[in-house]
Amino acid sequence: MLRRAARKTILFVVAVFAVGCVWELYKVIGPVDGGSVFGWKIIPKASDRAMPHTWDMIARLLEPENRSGGSPIAVTVAGYSWYTLRLAAVGLLVGGIVGIGLAVLMARWRIASRAILPWVIMSQTVPLIALAPQVVSWSGKIELFGWEWPRWASVCALAAFLSFFPVAVGTLKGLTSVPAASLELMETYAVPWRVTLMKLRFPAAVPFIIPSLKLAATLSVVGVIVAEISTGIRGGIGRAVLSYQQASTGDAEKIYSAVFGAAALGLALFGSVVLLEVIVNRNRPREAT
Amino acid sequence: MRVARLASAVLPPLVWGVAFVAAWEALVRGFDLKPYFLPAPSAIWSAFTDNVGLVRAAAFVSGGNALVGLLLGVALGVAASFALMRSNLLNELVSPLAIALNAIPIIVLVAVFQNMFTSTSEVPRRLMVMLIVFFIVLVNVAKGLRQVSPIHLELMRSYAATPRSVLVKTRIPNAVPYLFTAVKIAAPTAVITAFVSEYFGGRQNGLGYFIPSNFANSKNAVAWAYVIGACLLGLTFYLVSVLLENITSNRRGKAPGGATI
Amino acid sequence: MTAVVLNSVSMTFNPGTAREVNALDGIDLSIAEGEFVSLIGPSGCGKSTLLRLVANLVEPTAGTIIVNGTSAGQARRDHTYGMAFQQAGLFDWRNVRRNVELPLELAGWDRGRRRERAEEMLALVKLDDFADHMPWQLSGGMQQRVAIARALATHPPLLLMDEPFGALDEMTREHMQAELLRIREATGSTIVFVTHSIPEAVYLSDRVVVMSPRPGRITRIVDIALTGGRDDDTREDQAFFAGITEVRESLRAVEGYHSHGGVDDR
Repeated sequence: MLRRAARKTILFVVAVFAVGCVWELYKVIGPVDGGSVFGWKIIPKASDRAMPHTWDMIARLLEPENRSGGSPIAVTVAGYSWYTLRLAAVGLLVGGIVGIGLAVLMARWRIASRAILPWVIMSQTVPLIALAPQVVSWSGKIELFGWEWPRWASVCALAAFLSFFPVAVGTLKGLTSVPAASLELMETYAVPWRVTLMKLRFPAAVPFIIPSLKLAATLSVVGVIVAEISTGIRGGIGRAVLSYQQASTGDAEKIYSAVFGAAALGLALFGSVVLLEVIVNRNRPREAT
Repeated sequence: MRVARLASAVLPPLVWGVAFVAAWEALVRGFDLKPYFLPAPSAIWSAFTDNVGLVRAAAFVSGGNALVGLLLGVALGVAASFALMRSNLLNELVSPLAIALNAIPIIVLVAVFQNMFTSTSEVPRRLMVMLIVFFIVLVNVAKGLRQVSPIHLELMRSYAATPRSVLVKTRIPNAVPYLFTAVKIAAPTAVITAFVSEYFGGRQNGLGYFIPSNFANSKNAVAWAYVIGACLLGLTFYLVSVLLENITSNRRGKAPGGATI
Repeated sequence: MTAVVLNSVSMTFNPGTAREVNALDGIDLSIAEGEFVSLIGPSGCGKSTLLRLVANLVEPTAGTIIVNGTSAGQARRDHTYGMAFQQAGLFDWRNVRRNVELPLELAGWDRGRRRERAEEMLALVKLDDFADHMPWQLSGGMQQRVAIARALATHPPLLLMDEPFGALDEMTREHMQAELLRIREATGSTIVFVTHSIPEAVYLSDRVVVMSPRPGRITRIVDIALTGGRDDDTREDQAFFAGITEVRESLRAVEGYHSHGGVDDR
């Protein structure tokens, strides 16, 4: 198993390297000011300002964020990523729990499933992230058990909102995927629904819950980043992306530091779900992909 | 009776939806919530009807970007999946890349793309949509082309069928449901991607601009009106792709094609 | 005229590695034209491997195989045999008629001839009313009949069948056996049939080849002397039971018969 993992990692590194090579190759052959095809300006600019060299991007990581000096931008960006990661993680956790809870509800009472499920499915087709400013505007105005609602909690709530839908759908699918024969077996033991849930439905639902959590992790990260941008919250990677983008005229490589930071944060959250998957699946037969 | 079945499918969500909206309206009126806090459904509806033209224009911009990216992404994804079908090495290189790209918020690359094109260009947004759709379609269709039932492959071998025959008569028909599953996922994703791309700069003409800017100006009801436009856009894309799937899958019975997201 | 000849055929999988398996060793078998021969034996005796060697789906490690007067590979390329597997393996995106037309398409027949032949075959298996149906609308037995119609579409002189009725219930199975004999009567094909069921082998065959595992060898070939044709009453004939007993005792003589999953007495 370790050999397989090593092989996959090596291939991944090779793939990333290949992408870098394609980038540099385009810089060599591409037009510096961009170009057109049949009048449509769809050829990207290959100048150093538009497309910095990959090695310049990496070198930039070691330089400080501003000319005024300080620690390398890699460290600063790591700080921003950590800020965003925590919000996304809390959002994923809350969204996951609520999603699983709703799925259990829908599995228990078919009428709840029939009424709510269509809305849940439809909500996955619309950009819920648009409501970020509305949710964040509630901060400072709601009091929950004497605790005033801070801005970051709104961002978490938004991330939770985005994560909860795919988890609810996936979990419901898993809970109801149990073969009839197994359900009948539990019936012969005359146990309450709750016991069947814990001993049969949940374990059967795990292969459905894990992929939905992976999707939810991605949505949570994107949700937090976009929420940060649309509400001007400082300290996270979203704001960094925007401000580094605006600094591109003078400092073209800067934006890539933020991109790397965002990538790292996405991988970190996704990776934690993969870790969960490994722990949960350690006694299950390996599925062929 | 078919009417009864249709009713039992449509009625509960309808009742729930109406109840939800009614409760919302009651909440706003009962607590006398200010519009910048939470507008009432009635206020949103009137803002929508007042601004239908503007909402439609913005939806066309975002929808146009989504559609262009979707079509290009599907075309390129299908083409590339043939390459993945034939080459094991390519498949092994692309798969971990596709998984990693799933984990990363690649939407931030729109900021990078903005640098590569002129500031008024829609290309960065369309490129982003195309990129995301491309990988969804690629992974699913490649799976459909590669994972043909071993019985079918043995049967074709017993007929001494040429690789081209196997491709045309076995792999491609096998892959068709996978394509439609991928489109069903990719279509609403394209809308959301086009929308979110507008947060990262560029022309201020789409839903992704008007919604945050109206919220920023405390014109919440208007912002919600645009949100309704976004919902309608997303739903339209989703329903069209479901329709397309139903047209083809009716002949086959239960459609396989488990999706990889 | 012989339809199939195997001469000192051996098959070893993964030779020289730790997972080496000697599936078949020194097989000599000769099947005459028009004969119905069954292969029977416990799991691992190599009967399916033998069939697949004749079908040229695998190449032997040693020995020669002649099919319809040419090498097995040439026979496959010339489409001189039809094959039916345990799972019907119909294409679920094609209707019944177009499934039967598949080998004809691959052999380059034009549309009119294909359709005519497909309908003829479907009439033979008594499924002509279902030509426009989709596979998922058919029962297991019906799907298997379509698979047989497909296997016979090019009127091949040889039919290879790998436990085609294994997934069917007993009643359908007996019905399908009778159907198969009727079809064979009409087409005169040579049939090589792999099965787990002793009664099935005895009911259908002129000869039953009993095999033993590790390594796969032919233990004994039993001649089935059921004169006067076969029908439903044959199953209650003394000669039928005698044949079953003879095959069963040959199987019992096979070393390790009981510990290797045995064979059905049903």
